[in-house]
Amino acid sequence: MGPFVPDLVSNELNLIVALLLGIGFGIVLEQAGFSSSRRLAGVFYGYDFTVLRVFFTAGVTAMIGVLLLGAFGLLDLEAIYVNPLFLGPAIVGGAIMGVGFILGGYCPGTSIAAAAIGKKDGIAFVIGGLLGVYVFGELFPLFDTFYISGDGGPLKISEALGMSHGFFALVMTLVAVIAFIATTRIEKKVNPSSPAFSFPVKRHMFAGAAALLLAALLVFLPNRKEALLAETADPAYQRSHPVKLMTPDELAFRILDNDPGLVIVDVRGTEEFQKMTLPGAVNIPVQSLFGREWSSLLGVRHRQRVFIDNDGTMARNAGLLAARLGYTNVSMLEGGLNGLRSTILDFRTPAEPPPRALEATYRFRARASAMLPKMIEESKNKPATLETKAKKIAGGC
Amino acid sequence: MNAKYMNPYLAGFLLGLVLLLTIYITGRGLGASGALKSVVAATVSATAPEHAAQSEFYRDFSSTHGGGPLKQWLVFEVIGVLIGGFLSGVVSRRLTWTTEKGPRVTNALRIGMALLGGALFGAGAQFARGCTSGAALSGMAVLSAGGIITMMAIFGTGYAVAYFFRKLWI
Repeated sequence: MGPFVPDLVSNELNLIVALLLGIGFGIVLEQAGFSSSRRLAGVFYGYDFTVLRVFFTAGVTAMIGVLLLGAFGLLDLEAIYVNPLFLGPAIVGGAIMGVGFILGGYCPGTSIAAAAIGKKDGIAFVIGGLLGVYVFGELFPLFDTFYISGDGGPLKISEALGMSHGFFALVMTLVAVIAFIATTRIEKKVNPSSPAFSFPVKRHMFAGAAALLLAALLVFLPNRKEALLAETADPAYQRSHPVKLMTPDELAFRILDNDPGLVIVDVRGTEEFQKMTLPGAVNIPVQSLFGREWSSLLGVRHRQRVFIDNDGTMARNAGLLAARLGYTNVSMLEGGLNGLRSTILDFRTPAEPPPRALEATYRFRARASAMLPKMIEESKNKPATLETKAKKIAGGC
Repeated sequence: MNAKYMNPYLAGFLLGLVLLLTIYITGRGLGASGALKSVVAATVSATAPEHAAQSEFYRDFSSTHGGGPLKQWLVFEVIGVLIGGFLSGVVSRRLTWTTEKGPRVTNALRIGMALLGGALFGAGAQFARGCTSGAALSGMAVLSAGGIITMMAIFGTGYAVAYFFRKLWI
C-alpha cells in the first residue's frame, strides 16, 4: 500500500524519484504550452483558456485517482501530506500571487519550464521569485503572528463542507466540465484563431462523460476504513472468523512472568485507559488501528498481541480488524477486563478444598490476586513509553 | 516552425497522472516555490551565516528541512522540471532566446514586470505555504481546504485585477 516513502523508498532514493517525477512534470508543462506567458495570461483575458483546461483536468484526474486508490486500499489516505490550512495567510498569499500572475505572466513552476527553453521573461520571473522569498524572509518578523493565524490543520475541504470525499469530487468534476464548456464558448467569441476551434467535440464529450461517471462511482464506493469497520463488526463475519482467545489465567501468568513476547493493546477510550489498565498495555482505540504509527508495534514478529477491553466486544472487533489489516498473532482476552477481575483480581480461596484438577490453578490465582493489583497500581505512575513515532511525511512548497 | 502544443485536456490528464504517481509513491505533491526558498536559504547561509542564524525565517526553515537547504525533495524535482522542460523544447523545436510579451509592451517593461510578478509570487507563496503547483494543484488532489482556498484566491484576484493591467497583454 502506498505511499512508499519512507518504508520502501528511502529518503535518499526519494531524491532520485523527485528528479524523475520532476522531469515528467517539466515535459508536460512545456508540452501543454505553459512555457508561454501569453498563453498563461490568456486565461484572464478570455483569448486562451489553456491554463484552466490543463489545471482543472490535472486536478480532477489526480483527485479521482487518489480517492480511487484509497477506496481500493492501494493508498493510505491517512498517511499522505495534506497542505495545512492557515485561513488568513492562504487568502492574502493567494491574492498576492494573483497579482503576481497578471504582472509576471507565470507562476513559479511554469516560469522554470519557460526558463528551460530560453524565455528571458521566464528567467526574470525566477530571479524575481528568489528576490520575493528573500524580502519576505527579511520582513518576516513584521508578520510572524499573522503567518500562523487561522490555523485549521490539515483540514480536508470535504470535511469542512460536511460532505463525503466522493461527493465533493463529483461536484468538482461537474464544475470543471461546465467551466470547460462555458470557457470554450467565450474563447471562440473573443479569439477568432482560438485553438478551441480545432477540438474534436465528440471525443471531448466522451472524455468528460467518462470523468463524470468515475466521479459518480466514487460517491457510491465505500471508503475502505468504514467498509472494514462495518465488515468486522458484522455478527455473521464474527461467527465465521473467531478470534483466538486468551484466558485470564494465561494473561495474568504472562504478566507476572514479565513475558517479553506479549503486547497488550487496550482498545478502550483514552479516559478509561488512564483510569485503569494492565501493566505495559498500549492504548489504541479501535478507530486508531489504521494509523501507520502502530505498524511497527503491531507488526513485530513472534509476539503475541492480545486485545483487551471491558467485556470482549470491542476487543473482538479490534482483533478481527487487526487481522484484516494484515497483523498476525492476534488474540483477545476472554471475557475482557471484567472476566479478569472476577477470575483473578477478586479471587478468594473457597472454604472447601478444590477439586484435585484445579488445585494448581487456585494456588496461582491466589498468588496473582495478591500481586497483579500492585503491578497495576505501579504501572499507573509510569505510563508505557513505547516508541510510537509517527512516520511524518513532509510536503508543501 | 514550432510544433503545436498538446491538446490541453490530454496534457492536463498526463499532468494529473504525474501528480497522482507522485502522491502514490512519495505521499506528497508536486511543488516549485519551495525550491526557490531552498536556494535563498542556501545563499543566505553561505554568504551571511550569522544573519541566517539570527533570522527567525531561516531558523524555521532549517529546523523543518533537515539534511541541508539544497538536499531537498523540491530542489531535485525542480532540477527535473528544468531538464524535462528543456527536453520537451528540444523535441518540439521550441528552444529560443527571446522575451515573450504582449503586443504593446517594450522588452524592458516586460522583464521588469516579470521580476515584479515573480517577487510577488515568491512572497505570496510563503504566506500560502505554496504556489500554484504546491498549494493549488497538489492541494486540490488531496482535497486540502488550504490548497483550494489558495487556488480560489489566486485566480479570483487574477480576474479582479486583470482589467487594470490589460495593456500588458492585449
